[in-house]
Amino acid sequence: MPVPLSLTVNGKAVRADVDPRTLLVEFLRRNLGLTGAHVGCDTAQCGACTVLVDGRAVKSCNVLAVQLPGASVTTIEGIAGRDGQLHPMQAAFKECHGLQCGFCTTGMVMSALDLVQRHPNPDEQTIREELEGNLCRCTGYHNIVKAVRQGAAAMAK
Amino acid sequence: MSATEAATAPLGQPIRRKEDQRFLTGSGQFTDDVSLANQTYAYFLRSPHAHATIRGIDTSRAAQASGVVAVYTGADLQGVNGLPCGWLITGTDGKPMNEPPHPVLAQGKVRYVGDPVALVIAESAHEAKDAAELIDIDYELLPAVTHVEDALKSGAPQLHEPAPGNRCYTWAIGDKGAADAAFAQAAHVTKLDIVNNRLVPNAIEPRAAVAAYNKAEDSYTLYVANQNPHVERLLMTAFVLGLPEHKVRVIAPDVGGGFGSKIYLYPEETAMVWASKRVGRPIKWAAERSEAFLADAHGRDHVTHAELALDRDGKFLALKVQTTANMGAYLSTFASCIPTILYATLLAGQYTTPAIWCEVTAVFTNTAPVDAYRGAGRPEATYVVERIVHQAAHEMGIPQDEIRRRNFIRSFPYQTPVALLYDTGDYDATLDEAMELADVKGFEMRKAEAKSRGKLRGIGYASYIEACGIAPSNIAGALGARAGLFEAGEVRVNPTGSVTVFTGSHSHGQGHETTFAQVVATRLGIPFENVDVVHGDTGRIPFGMGTYGSRSLAVGGTAIMKAVDKIVAKGKKIAAHLLEAAESDIEFKDGKFTVAGTDRSKAFGEIALAAYVPHNYPLATLEPGLDETAFYDPTNFTFPAGTHICEVEVDPDTGAVKVVSFSACDDFGNIVNPMIVEGQVHGGVAQGLGQALLEHCVYDRETGQLLSGSLMDYALPRADDVPAFKVGTKVTPCTHNPLGVKGCGEAGAIGAPAAMMNAVMDALAAAGVKHLDMPASPHRVWQALHAARA
Repeated sequence: MPVPLSLTVNGKAVRADVDPRTLLVEFLRRNLGLTGAHVGCDTAQCGACTVLVDGRAVKSCNVLAVQLPGASVTTIEGIAGRDGQLHPMQAAFKECHGLQCGFCTTGMVMSALDLVQRHPNPDEQTIREELEGNLCRCTGYHNIVKAVRQGAAAMAK
Repeated sequence: MSATEAATAPLGQPIRRKEDQRFLTGSGQFTDDVSLANQTYAYFLRSPHAHATIRGIDTSRAAQASGVVAVYTGADLQGVNGLPCGWLITGTDGKPMNEPPHPVLAQGKVRYVGDPVALVIAESAHEAKDAAELIDIDYELLPAVTHVEDALKSGAPQLHEPAPGNRCYTWAIGDKGAADAAFAQAAHVTKLDIVNNRLVPNAIEPRAAVAAYNKAEDSYTLYVANQNPHVERLLMTAFVLGLPEHKVRVIAPDVGGGFGSKIYLYPEETAMVWASKRVGRPIKWAAERSEAFLADAHGRDHVTHAELALDRDGKFLALKVQTTANMGAYLSTFASCIPTILYATLLAGQYTTPAIWCEVTAVFTNTAPVDAYRGAGRPEATYVVERIVHQAAHEMGIPQDEIRRRNFIRSFPYQTPVALLYDTGDYDATLDEAMELADVKGFEMRKAEAKSRGKLRGIGYASYIEACGIAPSNIAGALGARAGLFEAGEVRVNPTGSVTVFTGSHSHGQGHETTFAQVVATRLGIPFENVDVVHGDTGRIPFGMGTYGSRSLAVGGTAIMKAVDKIVAKGKKIAAHLLEAAESDIEFKDGKFTVAGTDRSKAFGEIALAAYVPHNYPLATLEPGLDETAFYDPTNFTFPAGTHICEVEVDPDTGAVKVVSFSACDDFGNIVNPMIVEGQVHGGVAQGLGQALLEHCVYDRETGQLLSGSLMDYALPRADDVPAFKVGTKVTPCTHNPLGVKGCGEAGAIGAPAAMMNAVMDALAAAGVKHLDMPASPHRVWQALHAARA
């Protein structure tokens, strides 16, 4: 039996009737067509589905959409400027070659935004520990760590 | 440097990638992002048993379940052939390998946990999965065998009637007599028994497919996470489904990592294409991570005995290697060539070892099929060679760099005793640079400092070589390949002078859209921004073989270069006409066609326009248009090589191994984009670190259940498991392709495991530990330390 749900996604009000077992990531991808959050695992390990819920990083495969009435969700699609200009963290990932296949990237960027809120000037070790919940199989993390540092510095400006 | 600054001469520059904008904004299009109108969803019911006879399947309850559109089992797939193997290995007995059928859906028997048994198609993914639970299967359990040594024992459970004794083949290379003779003369013999642990590739994007049938055109479209869409289509249509090739379009859109695991034709997408016509609606499937663990092709899984004969100065006289390789339950697309052609031929390494003999027995077990995983045979070879070299040096008291130097090949071309002809290299240069990066001079001091803290430090070397740029088709054919291994490229100059490149190579993280554009823009002297690269769609690209074996730039890039050469040659003809000069007088440089010795010239864009608006054009002798295709078949493999040095610190109280530093100096030939190359090394090294220290795919030896079946049980490297890397390069250009490139995609995964394990062995040697297999997990290291003490 579908349940009514209203929340805010990337600043826009969204209302929908959803099957109660719909995960947030399914709701974003299927109902809203926001396919930037990816599903990489079924055990909340990989972090490819990370989005911000009320400003905090959340693995959207691990929460039901109906758990979030009234919440404000920000996805990768919602962080660039209106003119298409990349968010400083996105720009840092590009500049530092912090992505290869691009599949984990959106979750990495969203996790990095959460990280920077808590550690505005993170050192390498902090970044490595904070990114524990996001798996990347391509980059060996070297350039992701570099990108997060550079992105954090750019955000502080 | 920004892309714009580099645009005038982009070759060799770290240009930021064209593809990043879409990935960073969430607008990449991965297969699971593709949705077609009226689509249904697939779920594959898999065997929960490692080995069982299917006495009956009752799908009636599932077929009645909510939302179910159709349920299919093996019995429905009449007229559908098994999945083919692309490489025929001929055994030492002169007979072809045993090739048992590999059904799309199980036929009467299941042979590994995860073997697909039924396909359920429903209105939603949830409904398909729910309905699958209603399928009743009457299994009669059979004893299972998962370990190669168990599988070869007499009385072992038998997987396939056409493979008696569970043997696929026993194959050998090299001169055993010469090797035996050398051993008889040896001053020292080092023996080594090692296991190359089974790995699960774990690209972060799980496999996925969307299959659609168009009734009006009697044609199919398949979106699939795949590294070689033309190969996928050829195998599926010609060998399995019997469909006309031109009626199937295979699109591999953005693909979220491959590492080999997305080369193969798998049962799932094959069944979906077949079913799409029957249900008359598109079908979508995305594997769950658990399914990836169960049913993606795994990697490695070798058990090896090796012996190295040395003279009293530490010169290698001969190497003998016997390997048993696990094929899993069925032969995956390229499974048979990995532990043979891509493994044993690399056993010379960087050394002049005059006699080498290797025998490989490939074995069927009740496990997921095993095939190429990043490096594919070459990491296994490097692991054997570099572990035994390390041990020999240790036994003979020769420094690790010194024993390598005493045996380096320094004269090229060099014919190894195991078939390969190395064209070029400078192994001293990469070793020297790696030692600089690793600050080897300071190691003893760091070791002493660590000891003062109660920690064990070790340093390990791996001087690896790989054969890439796969492959000269005639050689591959003589070795059993059932396909060509050329590549195709089309360069389409648009009327306004911009260029679209169509390549048979496939990018799933490698950044071809950037690298290939750099190559073309440089050669044509046009802005980097004016070149776009198209890949991954059989409906758009020429027939090509795809991306694996670090072949894209060396083979695919060369095909594009050859097409560019044709463009330039035709452009000269057009320019000669427009400039009223002899064709032989036209020079092409910096984007301009010039009459030699004059200032009369035509820009590239003017030539392009003249080709498509041929008002003033030699139509009698020249076709209009400026669009050329070339196919390139390499004349040799390429031989990237280098030295990786790892330093570890072991905590003897916990057994934890920390990689303190990792330094790599590689020779990839000429480099088009150093930023991308470094990134490839980083990623490869991290996967090598995973193999050496963390990752281990384990089946229960009795029941055949997969014990490491999720990311909570199988330790993929995380950001805090991995150090920052020190990466350097040296260049000896490849001698037989016009770009002088060798390939860089696999080097990290090839060199790193041996360097890391040698470092661990070095650290543990002082404590008396003589043997350890990967992964050097805290548990194993702690046990080894305690066993050595006792």
